[in-house]
Formats: sequence, structure tokens, C-alpha cells
Amino acid sequence: MTAALTEAAQAPAAAAHRQQRRRRATGTLAVVPLLVLASVAFGIPALAMLNGAFTVRDPATGGTSYTAANLTTSLHGAYLTALLGSVKLSAVSAALGTVLGLLLAQAVVTSRFRALREAVLTASGVLANFGGVPLAFAFVATLGNAGVLTRSLGLRDTGWSLYSFSGLTLVYLYFLVPLMVLTITPALEGLRVQWREAAENNGATPAQYWRHVALPVLAPSLLGGFVLLFGSAFAAYATAAAMVGSSVPLVTLQIADALSGNVLVGQENVALALSLDMVVVAGLVMAVYLPLQRRSARWLA
Amino acid sequence: MARLNPWRWAVLGLAALYFLVPLGASVVFSVDVGDRVTFDAYSRILGTDGFGDSLLLALELAAATIALVLLVMVPASVALRLGAPRLRPVVEIVCSLPLVVPPIAFVAGISTVLKWGPEHLARTPFFRTMVAIQNPDFPVVLVLAYAVMALPFVHQALDAGLRAVDVPTLVEAARSCGANRTQALLRAVLPNLRGALLNASFLTLALVLGEYTVAHLLGFRPFAVWIVDISGAQAQMSVAVSVLSLLVTWVMLLALAAAGGRTRTTSRG
Repeated sequence: MTAALTEAAQAPAAAAHRQQRRRRATGTLAVVPLLVLASVAFGIPALAMLNGAFTVRDPATGGTSYTAANLTTSLHGAYLTALLGSVKLSAVSAALGTVLGLLLAQAVVTSRFRALREAVLTASGVLANFGGVPLAFAFVATLGNAGVLTRSLGLRDTGWSLYSFSGLTLVYLYFLVPLMVLTITPALEGLRVQWREAAENNGATPAQYWRHVALPVLAPSLLGGFVLLFGSAFAAYATAAAMVGSSVPLVTLQIADALSGNVLVGQENVALALSLDMVVVAGLVMAVYLPLQRRSARWLA
Repeated sequence: MARLNPWRWAVLGLAALYFLVPLGASVVFSVDVGDRVTFDAYSRILGTDGFGDSLLLALELAAATIALVLLVMVPASVALRLGAPRLRPVVEIVCSLPLVVPPIAFVAGISTVLKWGPEHLARTPFFRTMVAIQNPDFPVVLVLAYAVMALPFVHQALDAGLRAVDVPTLVEAARSCGANRTQALLRAVLPNLRGALLNASFLTLALVLGEYTVAHLLGFRPFAVWIVDISGAQAQMSVAVSVLSLLVTWVMLLALAAAGGRTRTTSRG
């Protein structure tokens, strides 16, 4: 009786086991196209970049050899200036974006109007992602040399120029602030009312509450947001290219110039070395961002 | 709460000013010719050389990219829920790699690979492939590049959609109603993902229509590159086209957001 029972129970169990194994096989198979696409369309260019960054071609013999010369070149002279320019621009605009985004997000989160919150968050999702060329032209039309505000406010006499470091910062904030709003809103929503009440009951002023309770809790999210904004500003090319040409030294503009042979012929491999520099910086950004994001997620549970 | 009001309205007011003034000023810029208002810049767009071609090219690229990226990502995402959860880390890493490599670095790599064509592969069958994918009428290489760049967005959108659906139960329910596996996936799982698929498609569409870096540096001329090309000669029209394309993209994305809840596409960057 028991034997019959176990046998009867075993048959479906074995079938289920077989089915599970088959399912696992088809599951693996379904991921294969993604891996093929990624290795062909992403892996090959990435390896080519890595390879090119470390090779030089001897113009006399046409042979190639492995060297770190490109990387050294990419960290000297005009290239170094551009790299530092990019880092500085990204750091300044990310810092401003973090502060302004925090203020805006706090104003929206504590608002009583649900419609306003939804509208701002939706608009942020849209603005944060898609600026590029149209954004550059919108600002040229507003604050450029012949821009509407430039003319009507007579900004030219005050020495204003959109095609400068501060001009680019102003434009970058247009997509950085919404990005910060999106990143910090969940953290602000996670600040419990009870914490504020507890602080108040213990006699804390609002400033003390922010200094000792809210900001420490928000710190990982804020830092994570800053890093994300930095990466986003660092990688931006279209906006800068459409706006300033090359009057502000930026590493993305340098890479584009070297790639298209605008400055000197034969600088392609330096462009690849510069790209590698960028990937290293972006990789560092992600390496800082991901643990911070995990840490801040703990408080929001 | 009431005592915070002036502070809050100041912040919101300044933000509204900052985000709306450039749009308003662009519209003014594009209709203002010295002393009178004219919509010339808008009405001339259709007749301008290259507008139709570049827009068509951008739309074709977008359609192909959406098809490719969904074809690749949908089976993978569903499989992660059904039979291969162990592969999740692999898929997540693959889908976030494009975030670590900025588009400009990516295109530097691509152009290096494309240069191998004439240099090393001239006598192999690969050479013909290399030439074919760079056909200026329909550059397949851009579709491949855009598909990679869209991976993070699409993964995010599909993953969010799938989180709301209990896929294993759904498949089992369909199977016990007599459907085979294919039917279960096509007619029970996919319809439940309609919102996520739409979301992913729109994000990809917006990405491709606005993409400048890769197309410009590889020497192709879809819509965004065309706008920059004409800006030198026809500043007013380039602003007019920018306004239109911003509005069209935003209306599209807002409609999407209204239909499917918030678009939280950038939370991971």
C-alpha cells in the first residue's frame, strides 16, 4: 500500500523534475539572443577600443606595437586640460543639481496637491532623459548671442556668454535637476513623520532636525544622486557640441575632434585612450553609486 | 505645514520659471522677425531639403531598433521569471554595461571596428557584411548601436512590468486550460505586458529620434544630425524644429506616463 503510494507519487514528481529541467534549458536558450547581441554590438567595439588604446602604428613600417604611449598622451597637454575641464564642469553642475534638486523635491513631496506631485515627477522623468540637440537650441534661442532674453535684457553689455563654462552649467542643470528630483524623491518619501515629531518632542529646532536626523539619513541617497548626476554630465556630448563647438575644453569634444581628424591626422588611437579614460571615470562613478543605492534602499523599506 | 508655504512657493515658482522660460523664448525666437510675428519658419520646414529624408531615416531606425531590442529582451526577461532566475545577474550586468561606457566612447570603439573592414578584411566574406551594415540608406550599424544603448531603459521597463505579473501562475493557469507553452506565452503573458512593452517602445523611440552622438560621428544623417546641419544657415528654422520635436517627444512621453503610471526610467541612471 505504502509502496504503491510512493510509486504513484514518484511518477508525477519525476515528470515535474523533467519538466523543470527542460524549462531551465529553454530559459537559458531565451537569454542567448541577448548575449549574442551584447557581445557582437557591444563587446567587439569595447575590445577594439581597449586594443586601440594600447597600440601605436609605426608610420614607416605600417606595423603596430603595444604601448602605453597613447594613454600618456591622453593625460598631457590639451587632452589633460579637456579631461579636467569635463571633470570640473560635471562636478560643479552635479553639485548645483544636487542642492537644487533636493530643494525642489522637498517642496514637491511636502505639497498637499497630489496632482502637482504627479505632474512634477512625470515632467522630471521626461526632462531628465531627453535633452540633447533640441535643448541646446532652446537655450541658444533664449540666452545665446541673439537670444530673446539676451536682447530684451541687454545681457551682452554685462559680459554674459552662453558659450562658456557657466553657460554650459546653466544648460546642463536643465536635465540634471529633474534627474536629482527623480533620484531623491523616494528617499524623501521614506523620511518618517514620526522622526520629525520625536525630534520636536525632544526640543529640537527644524534646523537641528535637518542637521542631526534628516540629512544623515539622506546622505547615501544624496551622494548617490550626486555621483549619478556627475556621470550624466560627464558623458554628455550632443548638447555641448551643438552649443559651444569647441570654445570650452571638454573631453567628449576632444574625442570627437580626434576621431574625425579635425585637429591632427592619426590621433584616432589617442581618441580611444581618451575614451578609455572616460570609461574608467564612469566605471568609478558606478562603483561608488551602486553600494550607496543599496545602502539608502535599507532606509526606505 | 502652513508656515512652510512661502518658502515652497518660491522654490516652485523659480523652478517653473527656469524650466518654462527657455521653451517660451524659443517659440518667441522662432516666430519673431524683427517687428512682426510670422510662422514662416514652421511652414517652411516641410519644404526644406533633407527634412523628409532625415525624419524618415530616423523613424525607420527607431522601428528597427524597437523590433530588435524587444525581440531580444522580452524572451530574456520572461525567462528570468520562469525558468532561469540564476541568469538574472548576468542579464543585469549586460543591461547596465552601456551605462558605464558613454556614447562617445562607444562610438569611438565602433568606428575603430568599422575601419578594420578595408584594412584587414578586404579579402574575406566579412568585408561585404561590413559594407552592407554601413549602407547610408539604412545603416544597420546604427540599429545595433541604438539597441545596445536602449538596453538599460528597456530592461528597466520590462522588469517593472513583469514585477506586477505573476508569470509562473499565469503560465500554469493557461496550461491547465489546455494551452501549450507557446500559446500560454503569446496569449496569456504578452497581453499582460502590453503597458511595459509600450513603455519600452516609446523610450526607445525617443532615444533614437533624439540621438546625435553616434549618428554624427559615424557620418550618417538622421533627424537630430540634420537639425544641427541646418542650424548654421537657418537658425530660426532649427529652433522651430527643435521646439516641435521637443513638444512631440514630451507629449508622447507624458501620454505614456499618464497611461502607465510614472516613468521611473532613470532611477538607475
